[in-house]
Amino acid sequence: MATGTVLLFATIGEIFAERAGVLNLGLEGMMLIGAMSAFSVTVATGNGWLGLIVAMVAASALSLLHGVVTIHFQADQVVSGLALTFLGTGLSLVIGEGLNKAGAISLLPTLSLPVLSAIPILGPILFTKQSVMVYVGYLLVPIAWFYINRTRPGLHLRAVGENPTAADAMGLNVYRLRYSYVMVGGALAGLAGGTISLAISPGWFSELTTGGMGWIAVGLVIFAQWNPWRAAFGGYAFGALRRTILDIQGPQTLLGLRNPFFFNPYFGFFLQMLPYAFTIAVLIIGSREALRKRLGAPAALGLPYVRGERGH
Amino acid sequence: MSEVSNLVEMRGIVKRFPGVLANDNVDFDLRPGEIHGLLGENGAGKSTLMSVLAGLYRPDAGTIRVRGVPVSFNSPRDAIALGLGMIHQHFTLIDSHTVTENILLGLDDPRFLMRLSQYDERMAETGRRFGLQVSPSAKIWQLSVGEQQRVEILKMLYRGVQVLIMDEPTSVLAPQEIEELFKTLRSMVGQGKSIVFISHKLHEVMSIADRISVLRQGKVTAAGIDPGATSKAELANLMVGRKVLFDIEKRPKEPGQVVLELQEVSAQNDKGLPALRNVGLKVRSGEILGLAGVAGNGQSELGEVITGLRRCTAGSIFVNGNEVANRPARESIEFGVAHIPEDRTHVGTAPNLSITDNVIMKAYRQPPLARGRSLNRHAAHERAEHLKQEYTILAPNVETPARLLSGGNLQRVILARELSSEPALLIAMQPTRGLDVGAIEGVQRLLLQQRDSGAAILLVSEELEEIFSLSDRIAVIYEGEIVGDDVEADAETVGLLMTGGARSSESKAAA
Amino acid sequence: MTRTESAAVRPARRIRLPFVVRIEPRLEVPRWLSPVISIGAIVVALLLGALVLALVGGDPVRAYAHIAGAAFGSLGVFSDTLVKATPLIMTGLACSIAFQMKLWNIGAEGQFYMGALGASIVVLAGMVRADTPRAITIAVMLVAGILFGAGWGLVPGWLKARLRVNEIITTLMLNYIAVALVNYFIFGVWSEGGFQMTRTFQRAAWLPRLSDLAEQFPVFRGLTTHFGLVFAVVAAIIVWYILYRSLWGYEIRLIGDNPRAAEYAGIKITRNTVLVMMLSGGIAGLAGMSEIAGVVHRLQASISPGFGFTGIIIAWLAKLNPLIVIPVSILFGGLILAGREIQPAGVPRLIQGIILFMLIASEVLLRYRVRLARRA
Repeated sequence: MATGTVLLFATIGEIFAERAGVLNLGLEGMMLIGAMSAFSVTVATGNGWLGLIVAMVAASALSLLHGVVTIHFQADQVVSGLALTFLGTGLSLVIGEGLNKAGAISLLPTLSLPVLSAIPILGPILFTKQSVMVYVGYLLVPIAWFYINRTRPGLHLRAVGENPTAADAMGLNVYRLRYSYVMVGGALAGLAGGTISLAISPGWFSELTTGGMGWIAVGLVIFAQWNPWRAAFGGYAFGALRRTILDIQGPQTLLGLRNPFFFNPYFGFFLQMLPYAFTIAVLIIGSREALRKRLGAPAALGLPYVRGERGH
Repeated sequence: MSEVSNLVEMRGIVKRFPGVLANDNVDFDLRPGEIHGLLGENGAGKSTLMSVLAGLYRPDAGTIRVRGVPVSFNSPRDAIALGLGMIHQHFTLIDSHTVTENILLGLDDPRFLMRLSQYDERMAETGRRFGLQVSPSAKIWQLSVGEQQRVEILKMLYRGVQVLIMDEPTSVLAPQEIEELFKTLRSMVGQGKSIVFISHKLHEVMSIADRISVLRQGKVTAAGIDPGATSKAELANLMVGRKVLFDIEKRPKEPGQVVLELQEVSAQNDKGLPALRNVGLKVRSGEILGLAGVAGNGQSELGEVITGLRRCTAGSIFVNGNEVANRPARESIEFGVAHIPEDRTHVGTAPNLSITDNVIMKAYRQPPLARGRSLNRHAAHERAEHLKQEYTILAPNVETPARLLSGGNLQRVILARELSSEPALLIAMQPTRGLDVGAIEGVQRLLLQQRDSGAAILLVSEELEEIFSLSDRIAVIYEGEIVGDDVEADAETVGLLMTGGARSSESKAAA
Repeated sequence: MTRTESAAVRPARRIRLPFVVRIEPRLEVPRWLSPVISIGAIVVALLLGALVLALVGGDPVRAYAHIAGAAFGSLGVFSDTLVKATPLIMTGLACSIAFQMKLWNIGAEGQFYMGALGASIVVLAGMVRADTPRAITIAVMLVAGILFGAGWGLVPGWLKARLRVNEIITTLMLNYIAVALVNYFIFGVWSEGGFQMTRTFQRAAWLPRLSDLAEQFPVFRGLTTHFGLVFAVVAAIIVWYILYRSLWGYEIRLIGDNPRAAEYAGIKITRNTVLVMMLSGGIAGLAGMSEIAGVVHRLQASISPGFGFTGIIIAWLAKLNPLIVIPVSILFGGLILAGREIQPAGVPRLIQGIILFMLIASEVLLRYRVRLARRA
């Protein structure tokens, strides 16, 4: 569940940015920055929550760079996102140097929700002994969905990503809105990173900390068809997949048969490929669905908005 | 001083764009409760004038008074605040959102939560009040064009707009929808609104407007006249008139074989509406057939079906006896069809590639430009230099990227590319649009040269003078149909046909 | 000008500067502008990198000086730089040719690994006997490397051409899959004594090095530059030829610049998508083959410190021109080489990121001009 939560944060953050029309491929870098800053701040101050906040701010600031370059300078969003990844990765490595030896910290608290964990089947899975971040994730999904689909600012968000010309004509400040949502995306990615280093695997393992989850999140956005509920589904499914991969290799018998993964541990590598292959499959499904259902990406995704002739 | 005070008064409006004087000292009045028709060809300046009124543009000179008070707008929002709203030709709607969402876009209320069902009710009610029924929860892409237009109108009405400016509202509507629209307009006037109806379609304006003003080339040729007191012919003349141009020497030429023949060709435009209806045409070698018509009546689609860029839903197209309808573009190139596209930048050229690269786009697969699998750069360079000279393309050198060229020079690059292959058929779509006088003359001379050496040319142009001076035969297209074949080169006649004024029963021999 | 009194007019601003800053589109681009801006971007990037280093407590001057010395200080060191540059040239080429068609191949890393795998299979699976002459062994490895890499490029290419699947993510995912696959073979199939590497290849599978000629040319003693460099340069020339001298290259560039115009000229975009991805993957695969046959002589776990990703930056910096890729790769090769020694470890990656950012940010200067005009 926890892994799923991480993916969830990052994916929903990117959904916000992409709904506004900005493609941000730098998730991996921003998550690393988030993880690194969260960990280092927590080590320094002993306060995990502060660490999370700093993580969000740091990642958000970084995404602002991406915003300036793509929105104002109208550079190519793809390349800028890649540059952001390099930048985020590099920065986190540099600043986080030696962090691993800085000492252990206590994880963010884990909780069991009293009433809910008594629900048969679902209770133990969803509500028992989960990190507090997981519960935050549970809350985030409906809030995000509600915001995007049922509030006025959400309407503006969607408009800017679908048809910025129309939005502009109706008086919305396209630039300002795009900037805001890029930064929201960044903040959530930072939160995701912080969750990793504070709630899942405490410590700083340089690049291995995220294990490519930032990229998986980008793919998940397409699978999710830009919808937070589907993003949650995808994220948790991935989390479960990861878990399964670990679990499969343990026992001697699998489904009553000799467990191949136990006897030849090297097959584990194929299991490692699964998340990534899964992402590709998910992407294929997502692309075909989009074509079929006439849904799909926000129409103006990836296109810089240039103001046409204005009154002067 | 008339007793009727004007709702809106525009005086001495001047608006310039780079290279063009769109509004030249224009005056315009709007009385309360009237439908004022604004007539003119494309580029006459009507949309510009109304865009100024709607707050989209700032005039370079002139004043605007609303209800007697001088005003100045910084943005459309200011105009809407004063009750002036414009409904554009190209809708600003978000396809995947619902009607209500579109109408609410950009407003401050609701504050945060959107109880859509509440607003759906409100929208439905507003719709009923003005006779504009649309289902509020439908998504825009599910609606017909007529319904989409209603949403646009509702957008304005919801914001309390009193003056509705409609830019070519019927250009996307089917005939029954037009009737609906007129009913709606009259009912809105009955409720106290005033309407400016911009159009190039004579008969519509005459039937709906209380008063008519005519613009031609940025100037007012008639202001606020009563439709009953004029005739279609007179209006056509005011719209289209005679312009002074340079003299082109045209040698008489005996046309040869039929090169291009269209038989009952029908096609749809990008929106799925019929753009060409049963079009039949013939063009002979050594002949320029000028196709007159206001933009948006099917000309672009006509060019596209001939060059293989668009499918026809019916009919056949023959180039020198070869069927080209619904065949890949490369085949029409091989049959000797050259195409000067309307859109120079987005279709015609590759902006970041050099002039050389652009100029060889059609011929690069054959020697001498091709040497086996590789490109003979030397030959390409030479060819480009040669063409640069011949067509006087002004640029530092042939390696200059195309995006840096001026409109005229870019057009020359395209001409060089298309004409140098000695085509059998040349489709020239608005070849002189946006060019300065010298460039125009050059292009026209080239067209005549091609004609003299035996090419068949289909010239599509909005400039009547150009059609008159270059064409051997003139046809007119209106709403996807050829409404006149071999028409007299007379502004009134052609003007009437272009605006749907009359169907010409004259067809001097075809075959 | 304007009359007032309308409620809709905004109040006048309080501060008025004597001039207006206007940003307007450029009307022409002088040829010297582009390289100058690129170099300027790099300089600014280096300065920023120094700033970050200083903030974190490092000594930028010493670090930079160290880098310069460690990369270009002596013949031996320069030779090592070239060794690092060899695979970079090829991944840079792979990215360049894909990017020319606006195909974002982020999978050069995975294609690199697959190429290495292919070449290893030739040797380790016994496809060639241990006593096969060197020329043939190398040739077979070369072909295998290219084929494996091309195959790895074919998949995302086909997915994009037929199903319009985003190639950025597919190539990326394939990176991870490739690494896992290679790891499987290293650990599970060919592991040598339980270590993270296979056995060393036979000598016939080694690319010749300069140091092999040490007897004839004593100055070459100890130099590790290997034949892969020749592959790289030849590849660069071939790619350059394809792009700028062949019909195919013309089509590729046209598709990249304006797909609609390309369609109009009758060029098939889907077919080219697949072909170009295969070519791109093949070159990256060649890089992988070269690295294991020329440097480590075995298949081992970490044969690439991000060659594939750095290739992206190199391609962009070289403005997608294959010949310029060569000197840029040498620069980055030096950076990677020296970067191994400086603390903190992330500095090269950081500098690469800043450089790329500065580059794309600076491209705006090519399109717009800043002018100060007197206020009327």
